[in-house]
Amino acid sequence: MKITRALVLVAALAAVAMATVPLGAQQPPIKIGEINSFSGIGAPFTGPYRSAVEMAVEEVNAKGGVLGRKIEVLFRDDKGQPAEAVKHAQELVASEKVALVSGTFLSNVGLAVSDWAKQNKTLFVAAEPLTEAITWSKGHDYVFRVRPNTYQQGRMLAASAGKMKYVKWGTIGPNYEYGKRAWETFRDRLKELKPDVQVVVDQWPALGKIDASAEVGAILAKNPDALYVSLFGSDWLAFVREAQKRGLFQKMFVVGILLGEPEYIDPLKTEAPEGMLVTGYPWYDLTQPAHKEFVARFTKKTDKNPVLGSLVGYVTYLSIFEAIKKAGSTDTDKLVAAFRDLKVETPVGPITYRAVDGQSTLGAWVGTTKIDAKRGVGVMVNHEYIAGDKVLPSADEVKKMRN
Amino acid sequence: MSPSIIVVQLLSGLAKAMVLFLIASGLSLIFGVTRVVNFAHGSLYMLAAYLTYSLTAALPFGAASFYVSVLAAAVAVGLVGLVIEVGLLRRVYKAPELYQLLLTFALVLVISDVVKLAWGSENKTGPSAPGLAGSVPIAGQLFPTYDLALIVFGPLVALALWWLFYRTRWGVLIRAATQDREMVAALGVDQARLFTAVFALGSALAGLGGALQVPRQPLTIVMDTSIITEAFVVVVIGGMGSVPGALLAAVMIGVIEAFGVLVLPKATLVMTFAVMAIVLIVRPWGLLGRPESQGRGAGGAIASTSAVPVPRAAIVALLAALVALPPLLPTFHVWVLVEILAFALFAASLHLLMGTGGMVSFGHAASFGLGAYGAALLMKLAGVTMPVAFVAAPVVAAACALVIGFFCVRLSSIYFAMLTLAFAQIAYAIVHQWYDVTGGDNGLLGVWPARWLATPLRYYYLALVACVAGIALLGVIGRAPFGLVLRAARDHARRAEAVGVNVRRHQWLAFVIAGFFGGLAGATFVFLKGSAFPDYFSVPRSVEPLVMVLLGGVQAPAGAPLGAAIYKILDTVATKYTEYWQMVLGVILVTLVLAFPRGVIGVLRRG
Repeated sequence: MKITRALVLVAALAAVAMATVPLGAQQPPIKIGEINSFSGIGAPFTGPYRSAVEMAVEEVNAKGGVLGRKIEVLFRDDKGQPAEAVKHAQELVASEKVALVSGTFLSNVGLAVSDWAKQNKTLFVAAEPLTEAITWSKGHDYVFRVRPNTYQQGRMLAASAGKMKYVKWGTIGPNYEYGKRAWETFRDRLKELKPDVQVVVDQWPALGKIDASAEVGAILAKNPDALYVSLFGSDWLAFVREAQKRGLFQKMFVVGILLGEPEYIDPLKTEAPEGMLVTGYPWYDLTQPAHKEFVARFTKKTDKNPVLGSLVGYVTYLSIFEAIKKAGSTDTDKLVAAFRDLKVETPVGPITYRAVDGQSTLGAWVGTTKIDAKRGVGVMVNHEYIAGDKVLPSADEVKKMRN
Repeated sequence: MSPSIIVVQLLSGLAKAMVLFLIASGLSLIFGVTRVVNFAHGSLYMLAAYLTYSLTAALPFGAASFYVSVLAAAVAVGLVGLVIEVGLLRRVYKAPELYQLLLTFALVLVISDVVKLAWGSENKTGPSAPGLAGSVPIAGQLFPTYDLALIVFGPLVALALWWLFYRTRWGVLIRAATQDREMVAALGVDQARLFTAVFALGSALAGLGGALQVPRQPLTIVMDTSIITEAFVVVVIGGMGSVPGALLAAVMIGVIEAFGVLVLPKATLVMTFAVMAIVLIVRPWGLLGRPESQGRGAGGAIASTSAVPVPRAAIVALLAALVALPPLLPTFHVWVLVEILAFALFAASLHLLMGTGGMVSFGHAASFGLGAYGAALLMKLAGVTMPVAFVAAPVVAAACALVIGFFCVRLSSIYFAMLTLAFAQIAYAIVHQWYDVTGGDNGLLGVWPARWLATPLRYYYLALVACVAGIALLGVIGRAPFGLVLRAARDHARRAEAVGVNVRRHQWLAFVIAGFFGGLAGATFVFLKGSAFPDYFSVPRSVEPLVMVLLGGVQAPAGAPLGAAIYKILDTVATKYTEYWQMVLGVILVTLVLAFPRGVIGVLRRG
């Protein structure tokens, strides 16, 4: 009986406490709609992104929120389907009255939400999709993008690869727009830097359905000097296991877009191939105090090391908070105006959202892979941060693409 | 191509074929005896892979841990299969055929979330097989030892199965049941036990396949859906119910894919389906399958005797509500209603095929996608106005259905279903790759209604008129002499022919009509979303209307729209409130199937 009475007391106190909270809060929270692939093919990568978003929101709310109002994020699962994402955008804007919509992982989902945002004059902050089309050929006033796109990352890698001796190149990538563009931008820039480059093999397995054994055989049959890889996720893991057994990494130099990101290198543990030229995120080596704190807080919250998705999630929401502050309002047009030339202090340094195309100047790290025997995973060494604006086309070129 | 490359590529193909064979033979066995189209087969495969991954790390047997885990996982998944059969499937064997399909679909959803909860959604690299982790030089190239071991192991399993089927009494019963299960039952064999044993064995084979895949492939939470279509392809090419056929087809697919990658590196999306389409057009029952005995409606036809009466007053009241209420509803509800209307029409168009015509399609998404892309392309390329595109889109879909149907209606039951799937996949691949016209996987954007229709309410009323008219027309067609002939052909094609009915031509026309209205549904949907993507042609989009028709009830045309409404509302609510919407949706579907084994509309049936 004693326990029951104690419980009742606690429950009553809790009820009183909860009842007083709304009295304390002056204004309703600012709602933000977050659409992402929490199931389906994007699901392996969105968990750490979501944790970082929650962390950013907890931190800003602990400091009293933005414009004196708390931030509330409503998460919706797009299941990896563009039409599903549009449905959530409709719901978030019409029913929940969110100030803006953000997120998405897959390029086609990002494009669908972007087009809906354009039609419905809603602000969309694209976090992770990499397709250039979002800010360029299909760009419009209501969309901004955080991550460096395929064009930027392809050019970063080409700058290093162009200085190398390799002439006979091959490529393997998933058979969809990301894979194709990741290769084309790299190849075109490489040929500019090194006109004698020839392409001897290009392999395009269906996304998520690679037959690694057959693909490795096809590449070995053509024996290129160097191989450009835009596979990721489970395709990349399957490819590595097979390629290691068949001695592919001993026979050719490998360049991999995104493959230094912890998302793709960590699951390989000590099987990660060494000596690859990659773009990625060497969080373990970054010495900026703000970044060290970010890593410490993220690790404390999740018991896991950060991945690039964590950084992107965090930066996306820092940017959103800054924009709302700058706009002094949650009105869409004011937010759009605020995002133009918006400067944000991120854990990895300041970035700017370009007024001409809404692309942020967040960059990426280019380096070489190596096994860290102590941690038992692959890491990046000799890496260099390349700011996004160094590999972006000029305002005039962008204007041409946007028309 | 040097000889050494050919040898190694052949071995690659064979290794893959062995895993495919294990999975497909289990699926084939289950279908052959129980006639259950087991969508959950891929989920069992995935479950075994994850179990192997965890057991290998947990067991204390050193190098032997992996091999013990493989066996344990196969047995455990066999037991899961047993529980599924006894606990769930057995309760719905008396329902119209294919209702088990709805149950296995629900299980796919549940198992997917169980795996996500237990192991997380990150990709995992499994352990290598101790002792077989390295490679051996073959024809001047290195080749994985493990793959060689698989090439030896696969035929051993095939041999064991052959012994089981041809040298044991139990095997004789299985073969007899595959050919004529009513006869086997009449001879006094306990069918229930036979079904349970077959289901458990088939599941264990899926489990073995999944467990053996661990050293070759990373573990992902989508490995269930990526294997299941391929397994069905192998089963159908080999001939449903034929284990030697499954072996032959697996080797064929494995080897063709391994060499296809060399010759046509961009065609991997479509190669297996193109092979299946060719095989089925040439051999309508697969390589080693047998023609099914007529009149039993194997695997496809759903025998329904009388239509369920739906009270006229209820329909009038519903229509009145659909006209009067939306202006009072919040905007999002109006949008959801448009989506429900589109899917109600989509499901109703499939009902004409599968309910009235007894032709179960696994590729009905093709009509939906063609309607959506037809409308979008007419606007983008031909520059027609939105209302014209909206009206013309179903014609595009119907025209394509005319071509696809020509080949499909020559087949029956599951072979018909799989050929429709093949065409839907070929359409998917074309839309996905033809960047200049279809925009590839980045889709077509900016497909919005004309300005005078662009408010949610106005578009809603357009959708209401289009979809209700479509559903009503489909109802009329079903009751007209044409529909009655379709039913006759469904229930007994040979007798229908004997009274002078051209069965094929009627079925072909039904296919075109279903394509037309599926296209109208796609057009309604595309202007709601503003964009068209290749996933409109995807397998899940084909499964959705199938689930809706079964959920609502296949006996009455009204079942399809009802099922669509229930499914869409459940899905919308579950997705909004929980990350584990698949679990919630799956459990609700299981409950509904067990409570209403004839579909929800079955409650209206008297007696």
